[in-house]
Amino acid sequence: MDLLTELTILVLAAFVGFEVISKVPNTLHTPLMSATNAIHGIVLLGGLLLIGPAEGFLTELLLVIAIVFGTINVVGGFLVTDRMLEMFRQRKPPPQAEAGESRPELKKAA
Amino acid sequence: MYIATFLQDPDFIRMLYILAFICFIVGLRLLNHPRTARRGNVVAAVGMGIAVTATLLIESVGDYGLIALGIAVGTGVGVPAARNVKMTAMPQMVALFNGVGGGAVALISWSEYRESLDAGGNPALETLIPILLAAIIGSISFWGSNIAFAKLQELLPGRPIQLPGQQFINIALLAVAVGCAVVIASGTESQGLFIAILVAAAILGNMVVLPIGGADMPVVISLLNAFTGLSAAAAGLALDNVALIVAGMLVGASGSILTMLMAEAMNRSIPNIVAGGFGGVAAAAPAAGDGDRGPVRSTDPADVAIQLAYATKVVVAPGYGMAVAQAQHTVRELADELEKRGVRVDYAIHPVAGRMPGHMNVLLAEADVPYDHLKEMDEINPEFPQTDVALVIGANDVTNPAAREQADSPIYGMPILDVDKATQVIVLKRSMNTGFAGIDNPLFYKENTALLFGDAKESVASVLGEVKEL
Repeated sequence: MDLLTELTILVLAAFVGFEVISKVPNTLHTPLMSATNAIHGIVLLGGLLLIGPAEGFLTELLLVIAIVFGTINVVGGFLVTDRMLEMFRQRKPPPQAEAGESRPELKKAA
Repeated sequence: MYIATFLQDPDFIRMLYILAFICFIVGLRLLNHPRTARRGNVVAAVGMGIAVTATLLIESVGDYGLIALGIAVGTGVGVPAARNVKMTAMPQMVALFNGVGGGAVALISWSEYRESLDAGGNPALETLIPILLAAIIGSISFWGSNIAFAKLQELLPGRPIQLPGQQFINIALLAVAVGCAVVIASGTESQGLFIAILVAAAILGNMVVLPIGGADMPVVISLLNAFTGLSAAAAGLALDNVALIVAGMLVGASGSILTMLMAEAMNRSIPNIVAGGFGGVAAAAPAAGDGDRGPVRSTDPADVAIQLAYATKVVVAPGYGMAVAQAQHTVRELADELEKRGVRVDYAIHPVAGRMPGHMNVLLAEADVPYDHLKEMDEINPEFPQTDVALVIGANDVTNPAAREQADSPIYGMPILDVDKATQVIVLKRSMNTGFAGIDNPLFYKENTALLFGDAKESVASVLGEVKEL
């Protein structure tokens, strides 16, 4: 892909990133930060792409460490976010929400 | 055979990437609302799964043994870390996860540079420049996040640490990193210079975060998060990988917006935070109010119990101290007991109570505190004048009236909970130490304030015992 196409994609992605965050309640700042944090773990792909053609012990070692780091970022990031958000689900048992709340229970059973 | 060629078709892989982008964007969108947030996180995670699978299908990807090893070790470390971390330690966990992401970017850029040297020299500028950018930003992010982690974990003091002429040192370090990068970009082939870039950026990452006070740390982590996103996007340009470009930039942009929202909630400006504004003036501040400082009045659990039990309206202002003492469950029991006696108990949640925005909501939700009793700052502040007792549990800086009254205070202008406007203020505190920001709190010396010293959980438990006896 040529550089200009890539830069076009980069700029458009930036605008999407700006737009996708709107009036977020304070409560959700931490989980949202944590989720975006998990998403940049996508650098893991960089390690996957490079390690095949890589030659030499040191380069391969660096890349394995990079893959380890990236995986920790992705897996840990999404799990920790889920744990935070799990707390929010419990605090919403009041009357009207009941119909909507029964679904996650079903998922859990399945 | 046919299936294999189809799966490895670059267009098919590109389509999977597009699917992954849709998941990321929809996931982030869902994360904006409390009701859909959890689903949003799952959707984003599915997107990541698709992106990883698609990449593994690419023809040139090999060395599956090493890949499996890396992923297995990463999972082995990441899963237990995320599972077992205490809710109170969540912020530093996020800092750590952010750090390893930045570290991965730095390592990948270094490896790619090594490989192009092996292949015969510097790569073309359109590849080289992103590699250099990724190295600088990734290294800053890795080390900065580690310092943020160490501060929050209290391995390092939360107070700002500053060297004389810090700003100049930082500028010099940045100049070294960028200078080496320019030398490489203008044609010099040298791995030594590349390592020099990584090291200069690493020291810079340390130096930038060290002087920042603990109270500003959430904003810093969010900023570093956006940085890591940008460095991932740069790595994407270097590797010609559109998934890295899109996902990295999404995080870079949304992380920046989020950082601004957080800074706004704390009434702090980002340049101020990065310049270490909290630290610079903190030392001078305590002198300001010394003249009118009366003695501190301490009280005992029985007295607190009586005041609480005969109140009409009690507002609990919880802080990090409550979280550390794991007192949230006992606090809820006390509130239940008081409500049985017809006392209305609400919780005043400062946007940055705890160590991160929303941290306190998570902790109280864990203790099954009813959602409608959690009041955000703007909602509860007008109610303090009609409140009989404000019970401050392990919160300090977020209740410091100096933010409202002393123009020379380092936290002046930060929105606070107006607990001092309640008829009676009871502060549960371990000792007279200053809060995380290292600033003295005039609240403790007010006439309507009484202090109950001791571990938050034990104090609340003994108050609860006394209330039951009444």
